[in-house]
Amino acid sequence: MPQVTLTVNGKSHTVEVEGRTLLVELLREKLGLTGTHVGCDTSQCGACTVHLNGTSVKSCTTLALQADGGVVTTIEGLAAADGTLHPMQEAFREHHALQCGFCTPGMVMSAVDLVNSNPQGLSESDIRHGLEGNLCRCTGYHNIVKAVAAAWPVMHGKETVAAE
Amino acid sequence: MYDFAYEKPTALAAAVASLAGDMDAKALAGGQTFIPVLKQRLNKPTTVVDLAALGLVGITVTADSVTIGAMTTHGEVALSAAVQKAIPALANLASMIGDWQVRHRGTIGGSLANNDPSACYPSAVLALGATIVTDRRSIAADDYFQGMFTTALEQGEIITKVIFPIPQKAAYQKFRNPASRYAMVGVFVAKTAAGVRVAVTGAAQGGVFRHAAFEAALSANFSPDAIAGIATSADDLNSDIHASAEYRAHLIGVMAKRAVAGT
Ligand SMILES: Cc1cc2nc3c(=O)[nH]c(=O)nc-3n(C[C@H](O)[C@H](O)[C@H](O)COP(=O)(O)OP(=O)(O)OC[C@H]3O[C@@H](n4cnc5c(N)ncnc54)[C@H](O)[C@@H]3O)c2cc1C
Ligand code: FES
Ligand code: FES
Repeated sequence: MPQVTLTVNGKSHTVEVEGRTLLVELLREKLGLTGTHVGCDTSQCGACTVHLNGTSVKSCTTLALQADGGVVTTIEGLAAADGTLHPMQEAFREHHALQCGFCTPGMVMSAVDLVNSNPQGLSESDIRHGLEGNLCRCTGYHNIVKAVAAAWPVMHGKETVAAE
Repeated sequence: MYDFAYEKPTALAAAVASLAGDMDAKALAGGQTFIPVLKQRLNKPTTVVDLAALGLVGITVTADSVTIGAMTTHGEVALSAAVQKAIPALANLASMIGDWQVRHRGTIGGSLANNDPSACYPSAVLALGATIVTDRRSIAADDYFQGMFTTALEQGEIITKVIFPIPQKAAYQKFRNPASRYAMVGVFVAKTAAGVRVAVTGAAQGGVFRHAAFEAALSANFSPDAIAGIATSADDLNSDIHASAEYRAHLIGVMAKRAVAGT
């Protein structure tokens, strides 16, 4: 069987896979990282979003073998070793940006990439369009947009998360 | 998904040989179309040949052309300052494909090889009169698109790059299906020294096509008013749950006028 070697959340793994094994199957079933969710399995919902070599991808639409030699970050890799939440996670909590939480890991991963990629700033409309690849059935998006706007200055070192 | 062997050759000749040696071997680019197809078991390749290590990525701009490697992602085209300057309409088109996750993986070569009747890039390639370069030849846009999901590519032929001549002006307008984000109707208008070319995607059963009546009117007078009175026939246009053929025919005129106004 083919082997994949990749770094996930800072740790190197070598795993046997099939040609058809998806990156999300490798993460959830082989590495036990079940924070990455499968919502639709048809490339629409973004629940399975992880970072591959620094950018957001749908891990249900990526073969494990395509990630060979790559660096993957999942939702489990965001918080600090001592449990301190990533500023985006903290902002989601602060702004009530989740209800059932199913879309949240993918939403947070997309939002982190969006903020990292836009050091010049993000308008409300930029945030709404930037998260088009992630569907949420609960929140109506409004608080997600607020959370992302609040995380931007923290992630770019401009201020700390403040309550509304 | 059926299982398959996976190869990631590092030389174009090796990739071509793998595809030529086996009728059931298939190329893989960004996988944003192909992996969903595999999941639905609509395709059963023996071997999947990943094109990612062939060095087909990159954008080169000269005084009169923009050349984009087949494995260049939609995101790279959208964010390229060189493309934004040379052919802003092309960068804008790429920025409206799908969502960021799709744009991070999906490629121009994959989009053109697939030739989905609702895909965006075919309209830019046809309207700008681009040239599709493969492992074995160059194909003019006018000869390349041969109907829905059908192209001039031979079995196992690999697109390596696409060369776009820089127009005087161009613009793309897309009426998106709000769920899939594909074009319900997309119109790409390009004004070149040789005249105006207008390509329509998303609308016709046969895929992307040139709109001769709009081209003639706009070549004489490049303004939205020039095409305001020209009706598009609904014959051969798609009707589905999203839009009737008549509605698509109407949208073609609206999108074309907006594109001309937006150049
Ligand atoms: C949610 C979603 C939304 C989308 N929205 C849009 C949209 O708005 N507009 C739009 O245009 N597209 C859209 N797409 C499609 C997207 O642009 C795909 O990336 C594209 O159609 C295929 O490119 P790929 O690189 O992923 O190719 P793949 O899926 O890897 O390959 C597609 C086909 O092309 C062949 N192929 C790939 N590269 C080559 C090559 N270099 N030479 C020869 N054959 C090759 C493969 O064998 C396969 O048959 C969307 C996709 C998704 C999942
Ligand atoms: S599970 Fe991957 S996009 Fe929905
Ligand atoms: S919080 Fe329930 S789907 Fe988003």
